[in-house]
Amino acid sequence: MAERIATRASYGKALVELGAENPDIVVLDADLSGSTQTKKFADVYPDRFFNAGIAEANMMGMAAGLAVSGKTVFASSFAMFASGRAYEIIRNSIAYTGANVKICATHAGVTVGEDGASHQCVEDLSLMRTIPGMTVLNPADDVSARALIKAAAAYKGPVYIRLGRAAVPVIYEEGKTFEIGKALRVREGKDAAILATGIMVNEALQAAEMLAAEGIECRVVDVHTIKPLDKDEVVAAAKECGCIVTAEEHSVIGGLGSAVAETVCKEAPCRMAMVGVQDVFGQSGKPGELMEQYGLTATDIAKAVKNCL
Amino acid sequence: MEHTQLQQIAKTVRQDIIREVYSAGSGHPGGSLSAADLLTALYFSEMRIDPAQPALEDRDRFVLSKGHAAPALYACLAERGFFPKEDLVTLRKIGSRLQGHPSMKMLPGVEMSTGSLGQGISAAVGMALAGRLDGGSGRVYTLLGDGELQEGIVWEAAMAAGHYKLDNLCAIVDHNGLQIDGRNEDVMNVMPIAEKFAVFGWNVLEIDGHDFEQILDALEMARKCKGMPTVIVAETVKGKGVSFMEGQAGWHGKAPNEEQAKQAMAELGGEL
Repeated sequence: MAERIATRASYGKALVELGAENPDIVVLDADLSGSTQTKKFADVYPDRFFNAGIAEANMMGMAAGLAVSGKTVFASSFAMFASGRAYEIIRNSIAYTGANVKICATHAGVTVGEDGASHQCVEDLSLMRTIPGMTVLNPADDVSARALIKAAAAYKGPVYIRLGRAAVPVIYEEGKTFEIGKALRVREGKDAAILATGIMVNEALQAAEMLAAEGIECRVVDVHTIKPLDKDEVVAAAKECGCIVTAEEHSVIGGLGSAVAETVCKEAPCRMAMVGVQDVFGQSGKPGELMEQYGLTATDIAKAVKNCL
Repeated sequence: MEHTQLQQIAKTVRQDIIREVYSAGSGHPGGSLSAADLLTALYFSEMRIDPAQPALEDRDRFVLSKGHAAPALYACLAERGFFPKEDLVTLRKIGSRLQGHPSMKMLPGVEMSTGSLGQGISAAVGMALAGRLDGGSGRVYTLLGDGELQEGIVWEAAMAAGHYKLDNLCAIVDHNGLQIDGRNEDVMNVMPIAEKFAVFGWNVLEIDGHDFEQILDALEMARKCKGMPTVIVAETVKGKGVSFMEGQAGWHGKAPNEEQAKQAMAELGGEL
């Protein structure tokens, strides 16, 4: 069985490494540094860590000010507060100015678990994707999270990176390379394509295994970059497989499914289905229970593929 | 620079504000005129900036947190030489660098894009933190409206500036007492301003925002104050310098017609 690591832990580790490489990296948090793991950086580089207190809007404003003064800023909170509470500051002070701020939002999606709907953000990809110039990343596991966080640090401009609370299986080999904007085909197949993002990549791989046992060969693509979307890979999936199922731990409104549909309907219309949260609020529960409750399991993906064929 | 020279520049700035807003057919003359003396003092006496090198290292930075006073900022930047004065009449027109609210990516000299109230002071706190990290001597100035103080983020930023003891930060409140819907005290009372900042850990100075001696003295005291940020609460008159605009909330966001613009220019010693 694969090792399980939460992508927020990957973040803490990557930050410490980045801090050593780049003295211009500054990290901000809003009283959640233990949970988001920015404390790892704060412990090693206390002079370059600023706690904004429970004031996410001002944290993003300070991040903008630091960034336009030449710093590479990582700003963290839970996805709900980072993308929701601070949305307008992200839009007007960070994105409109092209500020070099990396918003690393942890505890995204329903797998935040027991805290319930108030903390289960399933709208962040949608919110961030509509902002001009914003790059939106959603890594699937520890290896890709660390690689993409480092790629984001090297990239000049605003980036939103979605990270999770729950430990999830490591699916990539150490050292695998990831490029912002380039989706990764992780399984070949021509009967259908499952385009998955974040922790749903693992579910998609399991779904493909189940379907293979029934003679259905699915392509699985890790769409770790929601924006800019890898249109070539999406169009290839539409043309070569004729059927696309998207899978995201996010609302089916505005996230990966919508992004793929926007491209497919213009460039290569094909049958589509979307696995995701169906326009409802979450609730308290264990991450696994919630994945089942909201139809986010490998079984749900396999069912969607069969309905779409 | 002599106070009389600053007064002369401020008069030019006010004339430019009227020209800009009249040409645009919309905009915010009231709060631009109330801030004209404060901005003139900053841009022509206080701040270490170089129009030939807008990105000069360790420069002083100004953030117009009350971004709707853009006409006053643009008038100062143009007068200071950051861009040609002829551009002022392109304010708010399509394709212009002079956006309705300042955009740093479009216009040299604009240090932060603003317009959404409260966000400027928040960014200014970040800039002051960056300046401290770099060990530079550059100072950060930001101008807020009094109605703007109703935004919660202002107090988040004020708390952070006090907490981090940012003595390289100086906020100025353009306290003209009026906002779009009327008097502050009727819309949402912001008083007492000085006491609020004081309990957030700020050095507070209260002055007449149209008296250059008081403005420059306060800016000097702010520079000398160590261990805490300074806020200058400047008593001002909305629409200052144009008789029919003075003290009128109705001139917050309305352009003068031709006749009104001519009269305003005459009162300011200029011609349309």
